[in-house]
Amino acid sequence: MWFWAFVGPFAIGLGLFTYVPLAWSVYLSFFDAHNTVTPTDFVGLDNYTAMLGDDAFVSSLGTFLLFTAFIVPATYVLSLGLALMVNRLRFAQAFFRSVFFLPTACSYVVAALIWKLSIFNGVRFGLANTVLGWFGADQTAWLSTTDPPWYWLVIVTVRLWLQAGFFMILFLAGLQRISPRLYEAAAVDGARPGWQTLRYITLPQLRATSVAVVLLLVINAFQAFDEFYNLMSDARGYPPYARPPLVYLYYTALGQEQNLGLGSAGAVILALIIAVATVVQARWFGLGRKED
Amino acid sequence: MTRDIGRRRLLGVAGGAALTAVLAACGSNTGRNGKGSGPELSQWYHQYGEPGTEQAVKRYAAAYGKARVTVQWRPGDYDRQTAAALLTDSGPDVFEVNGPKLDQIKGGQVVDLTAEIASARDDFNQAVLAPKIWQDKVWAVPQTIDTQLLFYRKSLLKAAGVEPPRSVDELVEAAKALTARHRKDKVKGLFLGNDGGAAVLGGTPLFAAGLSLITEDGKVGFDDPAAARVLGKIRQLYADESLLLGAPTDWSAPAAFVQGLTAMQWSGLWALPQVRKALGDDFGVLPFPKDGAGKPAVPVGAYSSAVSARSKHRAEAKAFVKWLWVDGTDKQEDFALAYGFHIPARTSLAKKAKQLREGAAADAVSYATQYGHAEPLLWTTPSSTAYQDALNRIIKGGANPESELKGVVRKVEAELQRAKK
Repeated sequence: MWFWAFVGPFAIGLGLFTYVPLAWSVYLSFFDAHNTVTPTDFVGLDNYTAMLGDDAFVSSLGTFLLFTAFIVPATYVLSLGLALMVNRLRFAQAFFRSVFFLPTACSYVVAALIWKLSIFNGVRFGLANTVLGWFGADQTAWLSTTDPPWYWLVIVTVRLWLQAGFFMILFLAGLQRISPRLYEAAAVDGARPGWQTLRYITLPQLRATSVAVVLLLVINAFQAFDEFYNLMSDARGYPPYARPPLVYLYYTALGQEQNLGLGSAGAVILALIIAVATVVQARWFGLGRKED
Repeated sequence: MTRDIGRRRLLGVAGGAALTAVLAACGSNTGRNGKGSGPELSQWYHQYGEPGTEQAVKRYAAAYGKARVTVQWRPGDYDRQTAAALLTDSGPDVFEVNGPKLDQIKGGQVVDLTAEIASARDDFNQAVLAPKIWQDKVWAVPQTIDTQLLFYRKSLLKAAGVEPPRSVDELVEAAKALTARHRKDKVKGLFLGNDGGAAVLGGTPLFAAGLSLITEDGKVGFDDPAAARVLGKIRQLYADESLLLGAPTDWSAPAAFVQGLTAMQWSGLWALPQVRKALGDDFGVLPFPKDGAGKPAVPVGAYSSAVSARSKHRAEAKAFVKWLWVDGTDKQEDFALAYGFHIPARTSLAKKAKQLREGAAADAVSYATQYGHAEPLLWTTPSSTAYQDALNRIIKGGANPESELKGVVRKVEAELQRAKK
């Protein structure tokens, strides 16, 4: 009884707010559901073919693939680097661990607005432009320039700042599980500290952590919404060159057009892509396989 | 003295606290403003920036005697909030709408207000009333009119030897000359929004070239070489680096203009008091200049009052809208002019308003009357998105306007076929 007393409310919440809407969304995707969530006109796979034939949706998939290709390796390298540095500290380790972790507590919306309004605004008193101005550089419209696409710098750095600390903690936990005896044995065998130790001891020992980190990073990247929306949108809409799928679906399903059938089809397509990518990745890295 | 708290006691205390919180919430401020008798009506507004507006609408609601009207002042993405709420039974009875859109009308989400507006229908500004009409029925009552204008700083233009632009070519040249003249101060010639104008300009350059978004007989209105020509000129502004980009506030706020970041800015009528306060007489307003054989143009639009079809008190809600926005001319005038700066939707009120009779305000009213264009009802969201995406690619990416517009024309034609069904 106590099991259900504690688990029941969460199970009901999960069912009510996750699985029922999910199932309803799949149902809607087969209907012409303009301005309604209880449609009557069955259209089969029309919404799916319309979505896959929609240049804007396809280009949004390209945007998030590009974003994933940037952000996953960048966060991986930065968070591992921070973890290695913090792990070696003899003094004030807890302080630096907290400092790097602290941005995780900041919301994506707030961070995006700070990046947009204070650091990377395009006028002379923006922080980035002020600093560059000291070296004689012209002011740059960071979020409005597509050639070169400086907006990517803004989008990637805000997410790096926000999430590197969290993944650093995961790596730190992994690093602290590695037995010092391995390093001692390697030193006795003549291994040089630094790259050689990192390459042959640390990274293989962090394999399980790395798999989990990469998996989480990819899923996080697929779900990118807040920073894109708050950095790039205005009251009238959103530029086509940096529109990830969730932003596009948000406008399709919840915009004034309220095409909930089409939006649901897009959501199902996106969910399938994420599921397939996750399974392929998990198989590739051997997630869940017994350690040799 | 310490005492262990048992599991049962802890759960009991937590349950009691939760119950107390629920009961307290039931008795807390519900935002109810109406003092009248009769049913309860919920009325939603988007958040206006002008101080005093919220208190004003709550005062109007409280003055209504035939229902108890609750006002909800909703910050954030209002259009999407209402669109989602209209799908449920917990949405508003009466609400402000930037529309309604054709799909909302065809989807049966709003009710017919033809009878309510009938007594004053001819007195409403016809340009803004037109997009509220579908199949000869009026689906919302316009509250106030807003328009957009080209603000220019007289002293900066004079210093650069530039005349206020009367054509798009002159605008391109003026922005270039102003940017060059003030390069040392890093002042740009023109601000059309942080995206270079793609979002805010919309159909305005097309209107200025003598074209339209949708023709009166329901066809694509810009399948014409003049469209590519005028959009190419907007691209020229970007290519010349005459445009201010990346300002902390976007086109809708006049901050970039009054802070001296730009010599000219495209902004809204609502910004006029703020500009006048900051710059005194050192500014003027113009419509978007004409191109070729076209005419100057300004977009006009109106937030309007609509009644949700899911309202349990539709008749009462309709009566309230009539009382407030059709019969209540004093309230319409107060709402438009006592807090912010808008044009009353009733032509007779706009004509007699003292604040609109002189200076830049009078110019703005005259532009809205002579050159005002509202987005037609058949200009659906997918059409607008396709057009704005193309405009973005033309302005920022330098894409070929002709080929981009061909794609948009195809999309809009398909949308028109769907919408007319």
